[in-house]
Amino acid sequence: CVCACVCVCACACESGLCGTSAPETVVPSSVPQPKDDFQEELVIRPLHSGDIYASFQFRTLWDTDFMRENKVSHYRLFPKSLGQVISKFSVRELHISFTQGYWRTMQWGQPFIPSPPGAELWVWFQDSVTDVDATWKELTNVLSGIFCASLNFIDSTNTVQPSASFKPLGIGNVTDHSFLRYATLPREIVCTENLTPWKKLLPCGSKAGLAVLLKSEKLFHSSFHSQAVHIRSVCQDWQCKTTSWELRQTVNSVFDLHNSGQAKREWSLFKMFSRTLTEACPLASSSKLYIDITDNPQVSTSLLSQAVVLGDRRTFSVYDLTQETTFGSVRSLNLLIRWKSNEGEMLRPLLHAERYVAGYGLQTGEIHTLMYNNHPYRSFPVLLLDSVPWYLRLYIHTLSVTSKGKDNKPSYIHYEPSKDRVKPHLLEMLIQLPPNSVTEVTVQFERALLKWTEYPPDPNHGFYVGSSVISSLVPSTVAMDTNSTRERPLFSSFFPCKEESSYFVRIYTEPLLVNLPTPDFSMPYNVICLTCTVVAVGYGSLYNLLTRSFQIEEPNPGLAKRIANVIRKMRGVPPL
Amino acid sequence: MLALLMLNILAYMTPNPDKTQIIIHLLSVISQNSAGQFFSSGHTNNWAVLVCTSRFWFNYRHVANTLSVYRSVKRLGIPDSHIVLMLADDMACNHRNPKPATVFSHKNMELNVYGDDVEVDYRGYEVTVENFLRVLTGRLPPSTPRSKRLLSDDRSNILIYLTGHGGNGFLKFQDSEEISNVELADAFEQMWQKRRYNELLFIIDTCQGASMYERFYSPNIMALASSQVGEDSLSHQPDLAIGVHLMDRYTFYMLEFLEDIHPASKTNMNDLFKVCPKSQCVSTPGHRTDLFLRDPGSVLITDFFGSVRKVELTMDAINLTDPIKQMEENPVNGEEQKEVYSYADQLPVSEIIHQKPKQKDWHPPDGFILGLWTLILLVFFKTYGIKHLKHIF
Repeated sequence: CVCACVCVCACACESGLCGTSAPETVVPSSVPQPKDDFQEELVIRPLHSGDIYASFQFRTLWDTDFMRENKVSHYRLFPKSLGQVISKFSVRELHISFTQGYWRTMQWGQPFIPSPPGAELWVWFQDSVTDVDATWKELTNVLSGIFCASLNFIDSTNTVQPSASFKPLGIGNVTDHSFLRYATLPREIVCTENLTPWKKLLPCGSKAGLAVLLKSEKLFHSSFHSQAVHIRSVCQDWQCKTTSWELRQTVNSVFDLHNSGQAKREWSLFKMFSRTLTEACPLASSSKLYIDITDNPQVSTSLLSQAVVLGDRRTFSVYDLTQETTFGSVRSLNLLIRWKSNEGEMLRPLLHAERYVAGYGLQTGEIHTLMYNNHPYRSFPVLLLDSVPWYLRLYIHTLSVTSKGKDNKPSYIHYEPSKDRVKPHLLEMLIQLPPNSVTEVTVQFERALLKWTEYPPDPNHGFYVGSSVISSLVPSTVAMDTNSTRERPLFSSFFPCKEESSYFVRIYTEPLLVNLPTPDFSMPYNVICLTCTVVAVGYGSLYNLLTRSFQIEEPNPGLAKRIANVIRKMRGVPPL
Repeated sequence: MLALLMLNILAYMTPNPDKTQIIIHLLSVISQNSAGQFFSSGHTNNWAVLVCTSRFWFNYRHVANTLSVYRSVKRLGIPDSHIVLMLADDMACNHRNPKPATVFSHKNMELNVYGDDVEVDYRGYEVTVENFLRVLTGRLPPSTPRSKRLLSDDRSNILIYLTGHGGNGFLKFQDSEEISNVELADAFEQMWQKRRYNELLFIIDTCQGASMYERFYSPNIMALASSQVGEDSLSHQPDLAIGVHLMDRYTFYMLEFLEDIHPASKTNMNDLFKVCPKSQCVSTPGHRTDLFLRDPGSVLITDFFGSVRKVELTMDAINLTDPIKQMEENPVNGEEQKEVYSYADQLPVSEIIHQKPKQKDWHPPDGFILGLWTLILLVFFKTYGIKHLKHIF
């Protein structure tokens, strides 16, 4: 009966009849809630090597302000655990990714969302944070609980503060790099225990929409699997007077047909994911499936669209899952594509990088980073970020950058030397890559001897050095779309585009695995046993020889003789 | 019976108007007592700490052991937030696993104990003796997330399961350190003194496992082990496709036993003691119940493996607080000039180059040169006298 009274009063107020003040308890439905929006999409792209690249993106947009005084309390589509992380640690941008496998740029092209092997976390904090390092430490611990990963191993020995790379991907004019922190854990594995909490962050979970395809037995049986969470502020419309928070959850996987026993060049959704699509997520405003048919133009479908992504214009066949007609009479969508021989050349990626360790022995070595510029006549600048752990002592005076055999002086070098057991090396260089060339960056290092408690339980596996990050503005063959509207498909709107003639790309090299001089941990036990035996046998024998003396001892006489001796003693007669 | 007698006595002793009130009060007390007898054990929540301490691919069976107990415990009702799962190595997504994201318990591959909904709290290098003892005693750094903490109280029943390689009096963690039975007993005593458990069930599946519970001295602990001192616990069967032994015998038969338990079953601990006799296990499983107050025959399996949802009956009325007042949204002022935001430039080449000031060659300061020449001239004239000035100019 309380509800009825309040409703009547509200109606009366609107019509101007209510003279009293507003009631004490405000009805929630009369206050407009911040608008949030959820979109999901899946892009499937057959690659020239015969593999299939599937990229899921789930985006939640929310018009709210996490930084205001009274805390946000009503969460609808945006997950509460991440919202609390943003407001508690004053996060401006957060990017975390978990990857298994290495992206092979020369065979697969460029990914939509790049990520290095292992776990990578980079965060921009707000200007209001006073102690960034302490906040960073707490943030990594909280994220390790949310994603079930051992992110608590991120500490000052593997965190760096890049001075020019990793500019914010969202709205921002301030670029004071003291609020940026970057760390990687190349050893981190990703398995179902990381996918489970990741799926629970989605509004529909894994029960409806495109997320039903995320089955761990198929996803982890792939050549490359990467799942990431990206949080940033974006413009709400093209005028960009107001901002909203964007949460993107992405999964990128490359499935190897030949590995799973399929010799023919055909694939279907069921073969890749062991599930078909039955409905869109009811909470999604758009749910689309894009198939890249640029290389297979004979495919006949009803709906086609074109998009410019990664400097190339691609044609996609679009299936809208919010329409009932997409599913047909069987209420399920399964796509099958068969393609013939390898027609045409793959568009060669313009930027490509490799890294390896040269040298022999356990004392010294050399890190070589090679960057390939495959453009026939244009040169472009790249920013190389290298973070090397402290136990590889870099000799920076041996740093050399050569292109086509000649010395190539970088226009910007930033180097922070390491401190033993405190912080790693940081090397950032802005290098201009000449057209159609290979640029080689070499630096020599020496391996340190760790204290015996610092070795992990399996030290003979080796120690990982995180991937180098190469950020670049690569010239584009077609004009890029600089208009940031919401109607663009998600896969083409991840990196902001400022000019039409080039697009931003970030590539990661391989992580390195180096062996440090490792003691034999079974040695102390064996040494102690052997030494103690030798000491006991040798010293004991010597001691006996020097100090042992022999005495003659009479055997013990029998009972009768003893009694006779006693009697003779009493008589005063010498014993027997 | 006693209550009814008391009721009759009181009915004669008190005046009439209060009689009905006292009768009603006594009746409610009786009904609460019978409700109390319905829930016979003293615990209100359940926790589980499941630890696998072995690293490397050939110790697949230890991870399978722990995951099968995890699976049973989850199936019987304990939620992920009340389970602390520690796995020292990753077998499911290991590159040597021919079937990724799966861990099987039997070579017929019908039961994937890893499943699709698993949350591992401590994994890889985090599984150390120090972290294990900190979880048990609750002495964790303040920034540890909730999922990594054992937030038990004095009405919690805790199940602790350990598996790995062990010996007489110790359990090996990750091939680099050990925990001894004395340390474990002391940790449990710390838990008892801090009132962190009501009853504790300790199960261990290692070689010579009975040595690990020999030194316990805190009350309310029941312990089970897969083998006696001097005996080795053996593994069940190898699988030729995966290439390693899939599970240990004791946990395999315990899993078979637990698969028949459902949340409402009345099986008690005596049945658990009979799991895996010497004919199946080759080793002799042992148990210890002298520290436990209740009779093991009255302890249900679900007291430790399942989750209790306690219902407390109350007859009091509770006043609800006033509803939360919603914050009013500030009305958007259309005439206010808002600043236009823009995306940051991802690679501003000129800005980056000019970030560092250009290196100029170092020159000594200007006044210094002048002062130096003045000093030289002064010294010269002092030495040789002013009359030589005309020779210079």
